[in-house]
Amino acid sequence: MIESFIGRGKAAGSYILRTPKLLLGLVMLGSLLLLGLVGPLFVDVDKARPISVPPRKPPSAEYPLGTDGGGRDVLAVIIVGTPQTLRMGLLAGIVGVVLGTSLGLIAGYFGGRIDMVISTATDTMLTIPPLAILLVVAASVRTMSVENMAIIIALLSWMFPARTIRAQVLSLREQPYVHMARLAGLSDIRIIFEEIMPNILPLAAASFVGATSGAILAGIGLEVLGMGPQRTPTLGMTIYWAQLYSALINGLWWWWLPPIIVLIVLFVGLFLVSAAMDEFVNPRLRKTG
Amino acid sequence: MKQAYFIRRLIMFFVVVVLAATLNFIIPRLAPGDPIGAVLEELRARGASTGGDAEDEIVAAYRARFGLDQPIYIQYFRFLFNTLRFDLGHSISYYPQKVEAALLRSLPWTVGLLAISTVMSFAAGSFFGAMMAWPRAPGFMRRFVPMFMVLSAVPYYLLGLILVYIFAFVMRLLPLGGAYSSGTVPEMDLDFLLDVVKHGVLPALSIVLTSVGFWALGMRGVMVTVLGEDYLTLAEAKGLPDRRIFFAYAMRNALLPQVTSLAIALGTVASGSVLVEVVFNYPGIGWLLYNALRSSDYYMVQGVTFFLVLTVAVSVLIVDMIYPLLDPRIER
Repeated sequence: MIESFIGRGKAAGSYILRTPKLLLGLVMLGSLLLLGLVGPLFVDVDKARPISVPPRKPPSAEYPLGTDGGGRDVLAVIIVGTPQTLRMGLLAGIVGVVLGTSLGLIAGYFGGRIDMVISTATDTMLTIPPLAILLVVAASVRTMSVENMAIIIALLSWMFPARTIRAQVLSLREQPYVHMARLAGLSDIRIIFEEIMPNILPLAAASFVGATSGAILAGIGLEVLGMGPQRTPTLGMTIYWAQLYSALINGLWWWWLPPIIVLIVLFVGLFLVSAAMDEFVNPRLRKTG
Repeated sequence: MKQAYFIRRLIMFFVVVVLAATLNFIIPRLAPGDPIGAVLEELRARGASTGGDAEDEIVAAYRARFGLDQPIYIQYFRFLFNTLRFDLGHSISYYPQKVEAALLRSLPWTVGLLAISTVMSFAAGSFFGAMMAWPRAPGFMRRFVPMFMVLSAVPYYLLGLILVYIFAFVMRLLPLGGAYSSGTVPEMDLDFLLDVVKHGVLPALSIVLTSVGFWALGMRGVMVTVLGEDYLTLAEAKGLPDRRIFFAYAMRNALLPQVTSLAIALGTVASGSVLVEVVFNYPGIGWLLYNALRSSDYYMVQGVTFFLVLTVAVSVLIVDMIYPLLDPRIER
């Protein structure tokens, strides 16, 4: 058991090294993680609070990325804000995928009326733009925290995983080995966990990356509109403040550019990982591009 | 069977619309306080309120005017009924302006900017995506199209900010924002049109650059499948010219699923516009929503978000209705 586990680990490791897309994506995401973990050791994160440093100072030896209009050290804000964004995305992504995979499994495996209810609910929710619900919620809540935001976004992240998993389970259900298992008298629960589950795990992993990326996108959108958490410094809120105080036309590029660069690295990293995973799940794509 | 399919889709459409209206009704009421209280609080914060009995009377009058003194289920049904008639109520900040009037005023800007850029990136992206899967495509295609795919991971408003900084602030080639120069009167003459185009370049560019990759990615996937079909082998065996095989045989068939996505994308134009309009101060639906959020204009926020849901729901419905005509395998 353990040996096969190590063997698989090695196989996965060599696959990562053979796939530059995946490697590059993981390195990008890893460096952001490292920034949040190691950053506080070198930079005083208390400077991420408002009025802790002189405002609107360009980058210098003391403030490597300058300071913003509210008297915050931009580097400290980035170091505090990046993990918050990642945390929100991961939390929403995990909840979304677990919820979506379970619903997709149930709908695809049992079919019939259960399937109809679940698929109708999924299709209905897919039609409603998440930003619309988020905005109405955010406008009513007034004070937003990172956790609240993650939970609300998570409740809107299950539909895509549910739909993909359901489609896959529908075709798996008709595979000969599943018929064999059923003829052998295995219970539904055992068939789901032992015969079907292992075959949808790669797909679930791929949709996890997609759900995380979507959650972060929704969260940042909310923040840039000024509806994000007010107490904790986050990347999106930094862009919102910079916009509100016209940092752009005042030439204060160090205020808005760093959070944008971090976000671009984050989104491109997630994209590369998810593209590599799509290729893993759907080998036909590997040949081209 | 065909009828059952159409009826199921129609029912789903109504479920979505009613659900959206219901969420719009419930969510704000779960929060403590009411809209009149919220406005009052703001007035107090600005020191504009007198307080005392007169204030209570005003509050009571306003509560009656907005129907907030009725039992909750009557409020709900009245709200539902009005919403379905597209009577979205009055704006609180600009009372007595109607929400739907403000929406209709902003709509042309959003549709103009976003529909044009969506169609542009659809055309370019589909072509590039098809070229990527095409074995005899020029080599540079394979190298530069993936760049667009990576770019498609970047939210367009972030790219927009960078573009504004480079082209409008540093190089001063294009305007910083807005839909037309302040001081000009919107008229249908050439100068004004040129002005509008100049203001539209940067927002359109940020949308096109970040969405070409999305279309290319989708097109490449379908194209790979189409290229494996027998009729393509036959076309090659017949000795048809490459160009003809590419456009008339491969691309034409691969475009079908893409057109579905295009219809849905055009439906999401309104909701996708929110952030790009905020970044560019563009006077469309998104800008309206942003200002409503900032001034806690409760009914305006509800009205705009309901409208966003409605546009998506309508376009999905249209696609679902047309799809069986295009692909007879769909109707189960």
